[in-house]
Amino acid sequence: MKYTRLVALSSAMLMSVASWTASAELVFPSLDYRTGPYAPNGIPFADGYHDYLTLLNERDGGIGGVPLRVLPCETGYNTEKGVECYESTKGEGSLVYQPLSTGITYQLIPKATADGIPVHSMGYGRTSAANGAVFSHIFNYPGTYWDAASIIVNYILGEEGGDLKDKSITLVYHNSAYGKEPIRTLEELSKKHGYNLTLLAVDHPGQEQKSQWLQIRRERPDYVLMWGWGVMNQVAIQEAANIRYPMDQFIGVWWSASENDVIPAGEGAHGYKAIAFHGVGDGFAVYDDLRKYVVDAGKAAGDGSNLGTVLYNRGMYAAMLAAEAALTAQGIHGVAQINSGQMRDGMEALKVDQARMTELGLENFGPEINVSCANHGGPGLGAIQQWDAGSQSWSLITGFSGADREVVDALIAEDSAAFAAENNITPRDCGA
Amino acid sequence: MFYRESGDFKTSYRGDQQMFPIFLDRWFVITVSAFAFLVVPFLINDYWEKSVLVPVMVWAMAALGLNLLTGYCGQLSLGTGGFMAVGAYASYKLTTSFPEMNMFIVILLSGGVTAFVGVLFGLPSLRIKGFYLAVATLAAQFFLVWLFNKVPWFYNYSGSGMITAPERFMFGIAISGPNSPPWATYLFCLVIVVVFALIAKNLTRGRVGRSWMAIRDMDIAAEIIGVPPLRTKLSAFAVSSFYIGVSGAMFFMIYLGAAEPTEAFGIDKSFLVLFMIIIGGLGSILGSFIGAAFMVLIPVLFKNIMVGGLGWPTDLVAHLILILIGGLIMFFLIVEPHGLAQLWRITKEKLRLWPFPH
Amino acid sequence: MSPEILNVIEVLLNGLMAGIMYSLVALGFVLIFKASGIFNFAQGVMALFAALTLVGFQTGQIPFAHLVNVMFGTDYHNWGEGMNSFIAIVLTVLLMIVFAWLVEKLVLRHLVNQAPIILFMATIGLAFFMEGFGDLMWGANIKTLDVGIPSGGSFWWEDVTRVWAPEGADYYGMYIDVLDVWATVIAVALVITLTLFSQYTKIGRALRAVADDHQAALTVGISLRVIWVIVWSIAGFVALVAGIMWGSKSGVQFSLSLIALKALPVLILGGFTSIPGAIVGGLIIGVGEKLFEYSIGPLIGGATENWFAYVLALLFLMFRPQGLFGEKIIERV
Repeated sequence: MKYTRLVALSSAMLMSVASWTASAELVFPSLDYRTGPYAPNGIPFADGYHDYLTLLNERDGGIGGVPLRVLPCETGYNTEKGVECYESTKGEGSLVYQPLSTGITYQLIPKATADGIPVHSMGYGRTSAANGAVFSHIFNYPGTYWDAASIIVNYILGEEGGDLKDKSITLVYHNSAYGKEPIRTLEELSKKHGYNLTLLAVDHPGQEQKSQWLQIRRERPDYVLMWGWGVMNQVAIQEAANIRYPMDQFIGVWWSASENDVIPAGEGAHGYKAIAFHGVGDGFAVYDDLRKYVVDAGKAAGDGSNLGTVLYNRGMYAAMLAAEAALTAQGIHGVAQINSGQMRDGMEALKVDQARMTELGLENFGPEINVSCANHGGPGLGAIQQWDAGSQSWSLITGFSGADREVVDALIAEDSAAFAAENNITPRDCGA
Repeated sequence: MFYRESGDFKTSYRGDQQMFPIFLDRWFVITVSAFAFLVVPFLINDYWEKSVLVPVMVWAMAALGLNLLTGYCGQLSLGTGGFMAVGAYASYKLTTSFPEMNMFIVILLSGGVTAFVGVLFGLPSLRIKGFYLAVATLAAQFFLVWLFNKVPWFYNYSGSGMITAPERFMFGIAISGPNSPPWATYLFCLVIVVVFALIAKNLTRGRVGRSWMAIRDMDIAAEIIGVPPLRTKLSAFAVSSFYIGVSGAMFFMIYLGAAEPTEAFGIDKSFLVLFMIIIGGLGSILGSFIGAAFMVLIPVLFKNIMVGGLGWPTDLVAHLILILIGGLIMFFLIVEPHGLAQLWRITKEKLRLWPFPH
Repeated sequence: MSPEILNVIEVLLNGLMAGIMYSLVALGFVLIFKASGIFNFAQGVMALFAALTLVGFQTGQIPFAHLVNVMFGTDYHNWGEGMNSFIAIVLTVLLMIVFAWLVEKLVLRHLVNQAPIILFMATIGLAFFMEGFGDLMWGANIKTLDVGIPSGGSFWWEDVTRVWAPEGADYYGMYIDVLDVWATVIAVALVITLTLFSQYTKIGRALRAVADDHQAALTVGISLRVIWVIVWSIAGFVALVAGIMWGSKSGVQFSLSLIALKALPVLILGGFTSIPGAIVGGLIIGVGEKLFEYSIGPLIGGATENWFAYVLALLFLMFRPQGLFGEKIIERV
């Protein structure tokens, strides 16, 4: 035991030495997937992440005067390739990883913690990583799947006038670790609110969902929730439109909520709802800068056509939060050239309020973020967005609201305690 | 000129029957093993361990297993991914239920469990042949993955169905988990792979292997000369699944450290291993290693050259790699349909006669 | 009829329709296997490639735009408004013919007389190649495919069936997807055309001769190479049809190539060499998996379709090891 600690410590020290000796730049690896079955979703996210960091370089000369370097590595959403990407980029002084896949996130949770590099799984990955006392290097602010499930149920409660007795909710989910995430939360909430929950699994890849939708058509649940990914989203929305399920009672998670998912279904997708943890569209001041410094200057990562789409916004938001955390870290440690350990401290002390968001050209883009040692899951706020097939655009139809903390926090505590016990982790003392 | 077998006389049956009868072959194998055991552990770092050496060994183990079944016994299997999942989940259940159990025993027992499952799904092979047999193994593939995804007992009732390898020690050194030093995991895999490669080599030289090959070449004829098809086919399924189970356990415990059935053990893994043995060479132990190295290393190599060296955009490179791998596969098949191992064999023949080809 | 029985009929009907969709993919496999004994792993990717090309022509994309832009620092995307669906389909078919010719010239010609598994492996190489090539040519983003085939639930059928249920029952008619009906019509037309083609044309007869016996066909002066190009072209056309039908549902994207997995049990059940087998196999698999999911699925947790299709095929094979319509395996020593 002692020996392994020593190894971990020395490797962590080696890592920090390595990043010290690197030339003056801040390295942001980007594990994107522009190929493979999930490429349509991976491309806009990667473009957004890359473009925002390029913007900081072009407009501000980096963060705190230190230029940024984006280190793209293609994973194809494949776990083994993700491991290769991580191993090949971690030695270059990488500050923070965005694994962008549930599988890769689970790989990196123990590994990155041992290497002392923070991981930001923004709105995906392992939900209980929100407990910072157990998961010291893993962050999943601004919200988790369990928050999402609870916020959606809260929204339905609002629609139904606060009573869900004898209502029925069906969850259509991708039959994988990702899709199974919300089940426990929804079950707990069904005990509390008394609705009937039906679970319908769809196997990867999900091109054939006739059975599932015929069942929904027979049973006519009051609401259908979806935890889908890739081609499953498009087919589900198409099938829902085909059986003429009322689209405004069909609510997806934030990964089933991009333009890619609704456009193939055409008019039929009108009124489809989904939860979001950030704003939609390109009506934010930062887009003027992005167009001026990045796209028009020919430095965009993609072809510039994705600006303002949901997943592009999400990638840009991730980059913005990473940059703010780096800035915070520079402030805390008083050095411009931070390393991954200092980056972690910056992420843990991250505060982004509305004034700062306005300053960044992202007025009201997302909720205020306040990360602490104990809470790595951020505010856990979400809003509902709705698709308008006529104008081909999403719009937020509610403000950002919170989850049922009582239920969600209990689940997080339970799951993170199980993880800590399994891996002999003594939770850190986070003070009061 | 250097490589020759003339002058290499045998004076006893024992000498004639040894595993590598040619003097130079023997020394080559010994040198490579010595290098792998004595030198590499001192040079290895995280990248070489996780991205190159351990994956190659894990896949070589799976390819060995499939090659015994498909290459030597002629039974086509597309259930490799599912059988690897059996190995992985068996190792997970064993090591979480009995934390003190020695890692070697965990891995071997996982192989044993997989062998049992493999025999079950091998039963239809007595009636169904050729490509049609693929259906039985495909049923195994999809059913097993579904099962591990569905039944919470297999993943210890964790919320999302992910399994995570706990930290386990041997001689006080972590073998699995995030803090395991690269040399330790490397040596652990190397010992298993070398031992089982030697066993496989000897199996194929002995009575069992010969009966497999008899069934492969013509099963009715083999039956007539007294090779029992039932026992032979099922033994091939058992041994093959054992290897694949061991590989699955290593894949999960040592290499990845976390897995979920649908992604880590999907049908594409079954195809991947099949590609390895066809590219490497059906019915060749060496071929299994070459094939695994080819399929694992070529993408990494191309990626490092084109992204790291030339600085091209990653998505273009990913597409180009697919094109290049596809092209290379077709090219090698046209040049040498019997796999890369056959190319090596031909080179040896040529060397034997060089510089006097006639 | 009680709603329960009507529900079962609904599931049956939709199973048949789903089966037709699987058959469309399986047909391409059968054509190539019959004529050349090659199990063409690339059939799914061919469907993807054909659909990508069709959309590319329809929307006026410039092929390899991304590659060209990166290499020369240009900014090209489109060359115009695109073209009429019909012209786009014709051009795509022409491209698939060129592709078939290239495959024969560059790959198959050099692999004559190899073992089936080697040819199988060569088509895997081809699949990799086309996967990369298609993405490089047209980009990996998702594309909407619309050639004017109507889709969505049929109101007419709902109204017709609603009255079948007893008065006052909570039943709102039977569901059927118009797109699936069209798929059925197209599949039937395709099979009839293929049958007529192979029965009554010179090339068709040559095809059957090659399928029966390669060497005998060669001795009577049939060029194997020409036949192979023709067969791969037809398979390319069938792939395009499958690509259109599946792509209309989900948009054209990489996952389209995975439909080959749904065709495998169909193929094995029907026998690799029989066109009617592909259709009947598709129907059996479609109905079987839907009924199983409907009746047993809820008891054991659902999502059973993927493996049940294979188990069903396995059950049939236990009684007929060569598939339902496969040629009888005669073993000689």
